[in-house]
Amino acid sequence: MLNLELVFPEIFLSLSIMFLLILGVFKKDSSKLIQNVSLIILLITAVITFNETISVSEEKLFNNSVIIDYLSSFMKIITLLAAFLVLIISSAYLRTFKIFKIEYPILILSSVLGMMIMISSNDLIVFYMGLELQSLALYVLATFNRDNIKSSEAGLKYFVLSALSSGLLLYGCSLIYGFTGSTNFDVIATQLNSNEYALTFGIVFILVGLAFKISAVPFHMWAPDVYEGSPTSVTLFFTMVPKIAALSVFIRFLYVPFLNLIEQWQMILIFLSIASMLFGAVAAIGQTNLKRLVAYSSISHVGYALAGLATGTNDGIQSSVIYITIYILMNLGLFSCLLMMKRNNEYYENIDDLSGLSKNHPMLSLSLLIILFSLAGIPPLAGFFAKFYVFKTVIEQSMYFLAVVGLLSTVVAAFYYLRLIKIMYFDEEKEKYDTDHSLWLKFSLTASTLLILIYFIFPSQLIEVVSRINIIQ
Amino acid sequence: MNFPILSSLILLPTIGALFIFFTRSSEKNNNTVKYVALFTSFVNFFLSVYLWALFDQTTSEFQFVEDRVWIKNFINYKVGVDGISILFILLTTFITPLCILSINNSIKNRLSEFLLAVLIMESFMIGVFCSLDLVIFYLFFEAGLIPMFLIIGIWGGARRVYSAFKFFLYTLLGSVLMLVAIISIYWITGTTDVVELYKIGIDVKYQNLLWLAFFSSFAVKTPMWPVHTWLPDAHVEAPTAGSVLLAAILLKMAGYGFIRFSLGLFPDASEVFTPLIYALSVIAIIFTSFIALMQEDMKKLIAYSSVAHMGFVTLGIFTLQQQGIEGSIIQMISHGLVSAALFLCVGVVYDRMHSRLINTYGGIVSIIPKYSVLFMLFTLAALGLPGTSGFVGEFLILMGAFKDNFLVAVIASLGVIIGAAYMLWLYKRVIFGKLVNLELKEMVDLNKSELFILTCLAIPTLFFGFYPDPLINTIEVSISDLITFYNFSVVNN
Repeated sequence: MLNLELVFPEIFLSLSIMFLLILGVFKKDSSKLIQNVSLIILLITAVITFNETISVSEEKLFNNSVIIDYLSSFMKIITLLAAFLVLIISSAYLRTFKIFKIEYPILILSSVLGMMIMISSNDLIVFYMGLELQSLALYVLATFNRDNIKSSEAGLKYFVLSALSSGLLLYGCSLIYGFTGSTNFDVIATQLNSNEYALTFGIVFILVGLAFKISAVPFHMWAPDVYEGSPTSVTLFFTMVPKIAALSVFIRFLYVPFLNLIEQWQMILIFLSIASMLFGAVAAIGQTNLKRLVAYSSISHVGYALAGLATGTNDGIQSSVIYITIYILMNLGLFSCLLMMKRNNEYYENIDDLSGLSKNHPMLSLSLLIILFSLAGIPPLAGFFAKFYVFKTVIEQSMYFLAVVGLLSTVVAAFYYLRLIKIMYFDEEKEKYDTDHSLWLKFSLTASTLLILIYFIFPSQLIEVVSRINIIQ
Repeated sequence: MNFPILSSLILLPTIGALFIFFTRSSEKNNNTVKYVALFTSFVNFFLSVYLWALFDQTTSEFQFVEDRVWIKNFINYKVGVDGISILFILLTTFITPLCILSINNSIKNRLSEFLLAVLIMESFMIGVFCSLDLVIFYLFFEAGLIPMFLIIGIWGGARRVYSAFKFFLYTLLGSVLMLVAIISIYWITGTTDVVELYKIGIDVKYQNLLWLAFFSSFAVKTPMWPVHTWLPDAHVEAPTAGSVLLAAILLKMAGYGFIRFSLGLFPDASEVFTPLIYALSVIAIIFTSFIALMQEDMKKLIAYSSVAHMGFVTLGIFTLQQQGIEGSIIQMISHGLVSAALFLCVGVVYDRMHSRLINTYGGIVSIIPKYSVLFMLFTLAALGLPGTSGFVGEFLILMGAFKDNFLVAVIASLGVIIGAAYMLWLYKRVIFGKLVNLELKEMVDLNKSELFILTCLAIPTLFFGFYPDPLINTIEVSISDLITFYNFSVVNN
């Protein structure tokens, strides 16, 4: 007997998407309505998912191809909440560009659905299905401001490169299927034969595909262009939500079927991690566009999250999950600031536009200051703890090289965060920005800043929640 | 457990800062925020004096210990003081109100933000000196970078951006290695509690690397030659109050760290690396003294003299003699008072003439006599004239050094002479001589608050110069136990 109620969140979400599509077609000027309904849907889905976590410890469905466990529920809830916040703070931005259309919330919902499937997948085919669903929605989202050349270019670029990486990924899947005879993660785990080189090839191809989705160096080339070209609200979505899904697939894929081949993939992960941390830090220095800068900074943050995964322990997984959670919080704050830099219906996204912000908008710049120091990993802010947990697990495994390189690259990264602070606080002021922001935008900025600031008072809570994630039995 | 006096010391300035934050606004209530800041920091000072009064000098145990679970099964929020740390807390709470008082006209824009930064800085600095857990220590140690970066960057001089960046990145670079070492200690021993670590000790085979990692952080912060170059820049560009905080307290974090962590946790490695410290200290003393001799800028000169003085401190610490370490601590306290005073003295003339160049001045002794007297007192204290606290510190350090290594002591003593040379020459060029620059005639002597601040600094400088017993009594037992412990573990391994 199938426990269909366990996939109720996904079923509910897909039915809602169809309903919204029909509603959008038949009712005129319904974009505001659909936006609001989507928000409610996201919240309801999150609540249902949360309810599951209380009753279910680990449950597999559909011939073990879908898994519901604590990791999947946690990641899904974060995904849903992040999508909720993205949707709610982006409406003013979309209105300014006259792209406040019904498709926007629906596309976000579909990509979230794809991500939820990815997070729950325990089978290569299910995983690929989820991945493609989210990617297709993301391509369209990237081009959402279609009258803008840069936005169209971003979407096209993302599409072409992403298709390539999906091809590699599929090739990897087929290799693995060929040499183990199954697409199911659990079966693959029992059929492993580490002497098969082709299997290693398969892992490498899949890792390449995943690294592309999570924009780890050297598969990051698309990220700066796409982040810059896409509408800011979509960039916000890109920097946060797909990373959660990709990271959980990383965890699931490496730790369920291929844990015994850790020698084969550990070096790859260490390389991805070091390359991303260093490259992200160094390349961001020369950027003048804030969105490009955020792209490079997100590349380097992904490197830290991967460092936790490279350890091959439960602690490592947990530290990565904590890292990505705190990273999302910081990014939310950062983009709330970006969305507030608006004057006369025009958004400003060059770093020079921050100049002298502290004199005109003391509270905004103070929040940004806290967020930037946190991104740089300076204690006692939340970003420090994220790095601290990761390096704690890394050093436990005696991977000193990774730890030292990682921490040194935080010093390099500190440079460009400091540069933003310098521009805000030390430079001459410019014209004022508008202050009539939506309540939700103010809320998300205040909430994320406060959480970052006072995280050090209650550091145990998040750890306790995450410590229930035990992939390695 | 009684009243959590140490946590109150840490929290009080932050609460004051929050108060300022919520009453912040226009130029009108500038005085209000200043009074709030002054009030908080004075209350904090009296609280720390009360702490000193309650402090039991006959034991080297940690006192007023507070121990709370912070991250379950991992880190406890643990604070406490012993003879080594209590004086630094007093120094911090003593210097901060004077610092706030000294902001008269030098800082015009964004006063409330400045006070905010100073108060938060005070919280962090007190936290550094009383934390008994490595992670907590690191947290406070690093967090101090944020307010200091802003103080230099926002209210600094012409090259403030360069200096602020240099300060921040240098210190951060040194510190991240310490973080690696702290986490490694956790995995080697299973705890980051300093008291526990003193008991169980750290395996000798790890000590050298860990020592080096801690050293990289403390050497930058001290600062030791050759990583001292951030200090002159930071000092020159920082506003007067910032320079005072930097010289008087921030530099002491590293000296304190050497005693508490390098000696206490890694005795064997300290023994191995003593020659390295000796070499760097002696180079710092001689080399930077010569550099100081050639400076045109008063603040830069004092900054280089700080490097030389801190060279004495590190030298004294690693002599591992009772006198040496006592001397180092007294030297740090004395340098805290004297360098603060000297920077304030520079600030006084800078506020009037807007120049820090030595050749702007000359022959002002008859124009501003009160200033000249006090400036002379601090000049003499800086060069270690008997009767000032500077003498006690240097004398004890050299005594310890002579016991341990004759050659090093002789070279360091030569440094004292050069020190006298540059300080006296500075004084001569600024105060005496012919009055060439006629604009100087317009200068007014010290006003009431300046006089008050400088007198406040002069009294302990002289008092402890003649009667250092209160200081020595406080630190004596802790240091002798530390040395016993040190020798015990070095001999046993």
